[in-house]
Amino acid sequence: MVELRPGARFQSTVCATEVIVVKGTGSAELTCGGAPMAAAGSAERAGEPSADASEGTLLGKRYGDDGETVEVLCTKAGEGSLALGGAPLAVKVTKPLPASD
Amino acid sequence: MNLMMLLEMAVTAMGDRVALGPLDRGITGNRLMGDAAALAGRLRASAAERLVLCDEPGAVLPVALFGAAWAGVPYVPINYRLPDDGLRELAERAAPALVLADASSADRLATVDGLDIVERDGFLADPAGGAPAAEPGDWPMDPDATAVLLYTSGTSGPPKAAVLRHRHLVSYVFGTVEFASAGPDEAHIMAVPPYHVASVSAQLSQVYSGRRIVPLPKFDPDAWIDEVRAQGVTHAMLVPTMLARIVDALDRRGETLDTVRFVSYGGGKSHRTVVERALEVFPAAGFSHAYGLTETSSTVCVMGPDDHRRCAASDDPAERARLASAGRPLPGVEVSVRCGDGTEADTGAAGEIWVRGEQVAGEYSEGGSQLDGDGWFCTRDSGHLDEAGYLWVHGRNDDIIIRGGENMSPGEIEDALLTHPAVLDAAAFGVPSREWGEEVAVCVVTRSPAPTAGELRDLVRARLRSSRVPARVEFVEDLPYNDTGKLLRRELRRRFTADPVPG
Repeated sequence: MVELRPGARFQSTVCATEVIVVKGTGSAELTCGGAPMAAAGSAERAGEPSADASEGTLLGKRYGDDGETVEVLCTKAGEGSLALGGAPLAVKVTKPLPASD
Repeated sequence: MNLMMLLEMAVTAMGDRVALGPLDRGITGNRLMGDAAALAGRLRASAAERLVLCDEPGAVLPVALFGAAWAGVPYVPINYRLPDDGLRELAERAAPALVLADASSADRLATVDGLDIVERDGFLADPAGGAPAAEPGDWPMDPDATAVLLYTSGTSGPPKAAVLRHRHLVSYVFGTVEFASAGPDEAHIMAVPPYHVASVSAQLSQVYSGRRIVPLPKFDPDAWIDEVRAQGVTHAMLVPTMLARIVDALDRRGETLDTVRFVSYGGGKSHRTVVERALEVFPAAGFSHAYGLTETSSTVCVMGPDDHRRCAASDDPAERARLASAGRPLPGVEVSVRCGDGTEADTGAAGEIWVRGEQVAGEYSEGGSQLDGDGWFCTRDSGHLDEAGYLWVHGRNDDIIIRGGENMSPGEIEDALLTHPAVLDAAAFGVPSREWGEEVAVCVVTRSPAPTAGELRDLVRARLRSSRVPARVEFVEDLPYNDTGKLLRRELRRRFTADPVPG
């Protein structure tokens, strides 16, 4: 389990993926490539993404759960795919942001 | 967290794109990364604890912003238009520092201790200055480190340094900008001076979205229009006075600017008449009106292009009037309007504007954090929220006119005056009165046929109420603004206080 809060950063332990939390707080089972994610910079990479969680992450994309309680932004891309509590996180359809500058 | 995360992501995806300057010979993202590494190395090899930038908008800006972030020192842009004493005082406060400056500012700062002054052209030719470049990825990731120190415009009192930490600015970008969302043909003209918070947020937003920056060193409406044409500019950010001058110049030239797709304006009060004319001279542009403060990492509320189109086309007067509002809060930002006793004001009722969110810094180096226990920041602006959740900003609390115990917003009186077609600009402010404590005075800029003072009084009486009717009406050539477009009501008040209203 990791503690989510906006601005918290996590890394995959089985690929190059890194994410930052944009929305969501509290304990969560955040995984990448089938393995628990760790606080960014705290873990060495060991092993490979599991076959059922290797669709990859895309740089700069936002990923969220169905209930829209959590949103993470991919700051480094990798081969693993993200999941929350065992349910895959999907790329959020970009809704136009109210650009101000 | 570090601002460098934004540049690193952009370079990973779009390193070959021109990040700044002309399409054929500008600086690519990769080159920007290299120059930032060189500056970071130079800062680390020096005794500098801050990076001061004293220059007009130009190629040095993003190198300075990201280089400072990489080295882990605050980026401190200062106002090169200040008189010598003021300029030196700000630089002294930043010492020990590395200063990047235009030639004239470099001379003016030469006598200040603790500064390593590097003239900008020489710096751009050799950003490392003999020091080894920083290593890829070795920037500090402390989210609480100070990223930027900005001296607030000081319409009252000596300038205070607002502190923006890496987490505030990174949150702002992640919350408001879609990564790599700009097309390869998009370009943003940057005319706002570097010491304005909008320059910082706009640099970050353009780099992160992949939009080329076209800096305009000296703002002049004709130069701006010419540069937009020459560079195929698609995006612009302006303070209201700049927008008004550009609209006038386009009218005078009998031209429209068809390449511009997006115009954002904010940082001061804008007039509905200017906005309505702007919609005509930028026929292809979506308009966005932003409200924010230095202390909130710029924009917290925005009236976006869809809002503009809908309100401009509406038959409903309430909807149409919303063109003058500040729009609605950004995702992740909360706005609350409070009465003097701290309770939430009713919908439509005026009060103090408070904001909360990840991007809200609310801190000064001199006075520490100004956030309350729940993270709310008092903007010291007054305003109200309407029934649709749009924020209306009336003006600075300090500008509120108190007549016979009744609080009046100058913005409300100015808006009423500006509904007259011959009133081009208006300022309302309080002047001392023996009978009322304060009395309403207004200065108006008009075109002919100009209304009489009596007509303007009738207009205010009809639209507001009799207590708002100005005791004094002065016709003036222009109104005083500071160089980032803020109306200086305080200055008018001073001018008129020497000559009180009779009674």
